[in-house]
Amino acid sequence: MSAEPRLEATVSLRVNGEDRQVHVEARRSLADALRDALGLTGTHLGCEHGVCGSCTVLLDGGPVRSCLVLAVQAEGHDVVTVEGLGTPDDLHPVQHGCLEAHAFQCGFCTPGMLISAVALLAENDDPDDAEIREALGGNLCRCTGYESIVAGVRRGAELLRLDGEG
Amino acid sequence: MKSPPFAYLAPETLDDVVRGLAEAGEDAKVIAGGQSLLPVLALRLGRPSVLVDVARVPGLDTIDVVGDEVVLGARVTHATLERHPLVAAHAPLLAEVAPLIGHAAIRTRGTLGGSLAHADPAAELPAVAMLTDATIDVRGPDGTRSVPARDFFVGYLTTVLAPDEVVEAVRLPARGARVGDAFAEVSRRHGDFALVGAGARVGLDEDGRVAELRLAFLGAGSTPVLDVEAGAAAVGRAPDAAVLGEVGRAAAARLDPHDDLHASASYRRRVAGALAARVLATAARRAGAAS
Repeated sequence: MSAEPRLEATVSLRVNGEDRQVHVEARRSLADALRDALGLTGTHLGCEHGVCGSCTVLLDGGPVRSCLVLAVQAEGHDVVTVEGLGTPDDLHPVQHGCLEAHAFQCGFCTPGMLISAVALLAENDDPDDAEIREALGGNLCRCTGYESIVAGVRRGAELLRLDGEG
Repeated sequence: MKSPPFAYLAPETLDDVVRGLAEAGEDAKVIAGGQSLLPVLALRLGRPSVLVDVARVPGLDTIDVVGDEVVLGARVTHATLERHPLVAAHAPLLAEVAPLIGHAAIRTRGTLGGSLAHADPAAELPAVAMLTDATIDVRGPDGTRSVPARDFFVGYLTTVLAPDEVVEAVRLPARGARVGDAFAEVSRRHGDFALVGAGARVGLDEDGRVAELRLAFLGAGSTPVLDVEAGAAAVGRAPDAAVLGEVGRAAAARLDPHDDLHASASYRRRVAGALAARVLATAARRAGAAS
């Protein structure tokens, strides 16, 4: 970044393991850059002011709301979006768990839920329901499908532990 | 909504941060984690011309114990407060309070210095800074000045920070022997801003009587509130439930909380009194009082 205040900038960041560059206005969020500049539309924008959690991504491994991070602030950092978790042929264990538990209704909130769950399981591979609810507390589902989401994360944790043993 | 346009500057030193703020004039803002500032911009409640990011300034994310003080850089995140061994050992109230701040994804980014500078009277860390007698080191054009937390907050979202000043570090006395502290709050849902909250610190003398007693409240005025009269009423007395309950109720009666659609002022005062008695009892027990 230059020594003068800039209205726009070219930002280098690592997204799902690939080095990428985006040219953005300073006011644009990381979510805008992921969706509009990089075409990674799995990151959903619901409220755009940090309430709904649909835009949650991993930034250097920690869960963040990508609508509350400026794209310019992500310069040099590592981002993982829902596209980086698994592929349709090779789902992440948490995605498998949620599929098995029907942990989605309209699906809009699902990417943020998955990322928050992956962040939880990276720290605690055997969370109880209270810990799962706490970790997902910042993610809103307007279909109110929370029960199956908790079950999906619980099942995802089981699958992840089985993966670890295998 | 998208933020209004602004220019962005990410200096490499604190002096350049101060210079950037000074050159931009009164409508520049410092950004660290941005967890309070970016919602303000997205809702277009603010329209700064320049954001000066402190992310590239080295040394602002460190935690050290220097003498009998815990020194926390302004950019230490809430997630770090939750997990850092030096915080757990020497400033455990910060580790206890951090999980109450927003949600996990907010705590990854939100910073100690940012929370203090934002000065939301319903936020946890400003009240804890007052309770623990923290000192806030502020860098400006003439160097660093130190402001006691009790003098830092002047009104709703307002501090003594000048437009060309930035929070550099927060220093708080390491918790001593025979001292306990505790914090509790009531919110409509976990992770919401609290309707009201209370923190207590109790120090005991060798005979188990109260040597020091401090109470701080959040959500009970236009700034966090440090009650300076509570200690005077309790020092020298046995920290039993009757005494602590009386001290807590008296402190709550001195509060001047606001009415809003979430709770009435009288409800907030009652809850503050109940919370104060509870945190005083917990703090006294942690200080070693027989329960």
